[in-house]
Amino acid sequence: MMYLNPHLMMLPILLPLLAGAVMVFINERHHRLKFLINLFSTAVMLLTAIQLLMQAESGLWPADMAVYLAANWSAPFGIVLVADRLAAVMLLLTATLGTATLVFSYSRWSKTGVHFHTLFQLLLMGINGAILTADLFNLFVFFEVMLAASYGLLLHGYNISRIRAGMQYIVVNLVASLFFLIGIALVYAATGTLNFADLALKIATLDSTDRFILQTGAAILAVAFLTKSAMWPLGFWLPVTYSAACAPIAAMLVLLTKVGVYVILRLWWLLFSEHAGASAGFGGSVLLCGGLLTLAFGAIGLLASQEPRRIASFSAVISSGTLLALIGYGDAALLSSALFYLISSTLAVAAFIMLTELTDRIYTPAASVLALSMEAFAVEEDTQQSAGVVIPAAMAFLGLAFAACALIMAGLPPLSGFVAKFSILHGLLDSSAVHAPLWIRWLMLALLLVAGLSAIIALMRFGVRTFWTLYNSVPLRLHPTEALPILAILLLGVSMVFIAGPLFNLLDRVSTDLQQTPAYIERVLQHPVVTTQEGL
Amino acid sequence: MELTIALSIGVLFGSGIWLILRPRSFQVITGLLLLSYAVNLFIFITGRLSVNKPPLIVQGELIDPSQYADPLPQALVLTAIVIGFATTALYLVVLLGSRGLTGTDHVDGKERDSAE
Repeated sequence: MMYLNPHLMMLPILLPLLAGAVMVFINERHHRLKFLINLFSTAVMLLTAIQLLMQAESGLWPADMAVYLAANWSAPFGIVLVADRLAAVMLLLTATLGTATLVFSYSRWSKTGVHFHTLFQLLLMGINGAILTADLFNLFVFFEVMLAASYGLLLHGYNISRIRAGMQYIVVNLVASLFFLIGIALVYAATGTLNFADLALKIATLDSTDRFILQTGAAILAVAFLTKSAMWPLGFWLPVTYSAACAPIAAMLVLLTKVGVYVILRLWWLLFSEHAGASAGFGGSVLLCGGLLTLAFGAIGLLASQEPRRIASFSAVISSGTLLALIGYGDAALLSSALFYLISSTLAVAAFIMLTELTDRIYTPAASVLALSMEAFAVEEDTQQSAGVVIPAAMAFLGLAFAACALIMAGLPPLSGFVAKFSILHGLLDSSAVHAPLWIRWLMLALLLVAGLSAIIALMRFGVRTFWTLYNSVPLRLHPTEALPILAILLLGVSMVFIAGPLFNLLDRVSTDLQQTPAYIERVLQHPVVTTQEGL
Repeated sequence: MELTIALSIGVLFGSGIWLILRPRSFQVITGLLLLSYAVNLFIFITGRLSVNKPPLIVQGELIDPSQYADPLPQALVLTAIVIGFATTALYLVVLLGSRGLTGTDHVDGKERDSAE
């Protein structure tokens, strides 16, 4: 493993690209082979993410950061990839969720329609690339890879509701991509660079004209990222899209909103830190207010939701809103709580979405919400196809899994959601920062609690209607590959409570890294090019 | 030249924005195309407007940067064109699929009730 070290961080990008490309040529009849290739690639990504995190923790890397100069061009000129603790944590989250959703899709969705596995790998490639890149234009390219794959996956299992949602999703994201490009052009016009570290260095020295152009560019870029992370009023596409996509893909889409949040966290914290001179803290109040509005919108939407998918969608909106508000609040002490919340809520919402696919089977087909979308299917979708062995007490499993999801999503004790929410509330009360007026702090506290309450109401209503019904005459059949990933994610949610101490220590180090702007700049820009055979 | 370019970008943007707000999917895709032309031109001019200046330099020679055009926006625009073209083509497929499945070219997949 040691000799691979310098190139290890390319693996999460190259491996899915290769695996995806290879699987194009394999006929759909060999779906088991394709599944195995896909699983292998995703599992290697998981191991790589763990390895990268361990290396970042080991102190072997200078400034705990690995810098990769693609094609050996030095930093501001060539393409740079940077792996630090935050990136490693996000890679780990991506790979974990990727493995879980992939296993979940085995019994049904990966056999329906074509090229599921290729698109799945390309989606992972886009996400991993967006996490690792340290260059604005590469970020755009990886975003496009991720989005193009997500368009295809959203339409997977082609029916009317998916194509309607797809039309809107694609147009919204194409327009957001155009905003992205305009933002990049303005940033380049103002500073003459697109490298994150170089940008952070140059922002402090801009004169007022260039600063105005840069801030305009940053605001336009933010529109693109905030559309992705579903900030109100840019997130109206989200509930429709999440309701339409098939379960494993909708679970991955939850992660996509978090990639938007990640990019905002990384860029905003780096570019507009206290070292940015006159631009310091630019746009923080927009993030804060937008986050709070999103939180309120999510809470109201959740109360109005009857269908499980809409409950999941608005839970994702609430989670985005909370994170954006916490980022915009600008208190570094709250960052580790925010990251803990990010991990816990992403996993819980994803598990809940997968669960909804299984709970749909409780109803007789005629009563099911699914029936609504089943009309005029272009692809024959047979629920029985996925029915494997009958797990004893499948209903009990679903009920307990639902209860665990609900506890995490609503932030009730004893699971990880409670730890996350408690530490956020504690941090807010404890916060000595003077960035925001006091009433904002209380408003945020109140909104977080109201959002939790509306999650409890919506989830309880759904639970009572689903699990305490009398007309449950259909014997419920679960495939082990469908129960296992949900179980694994929920066990992660449980174990996050037990390892909360070490995890918080790690996330504290992540947030310390994020505040070391000068160290980051120096580390990236001073990274030497390889002159001899030593790096090969 | 500045005025011509600025006006053409403005006109392209204006028409594009108007078109993507229209209810027919064909109008939307035309709007997206116009918008991406506008954005591509916009990226191009961030390297400043100049005439008769090459973007490529001879290796090993000391050069006067003011005599050369900025090559980076040109490279960016090339990438942006390719990506924009591909994603728009993808949308075109979805558009045709939607027309086939729903029988209408309305972006919602159904006509508005009042229109019928």
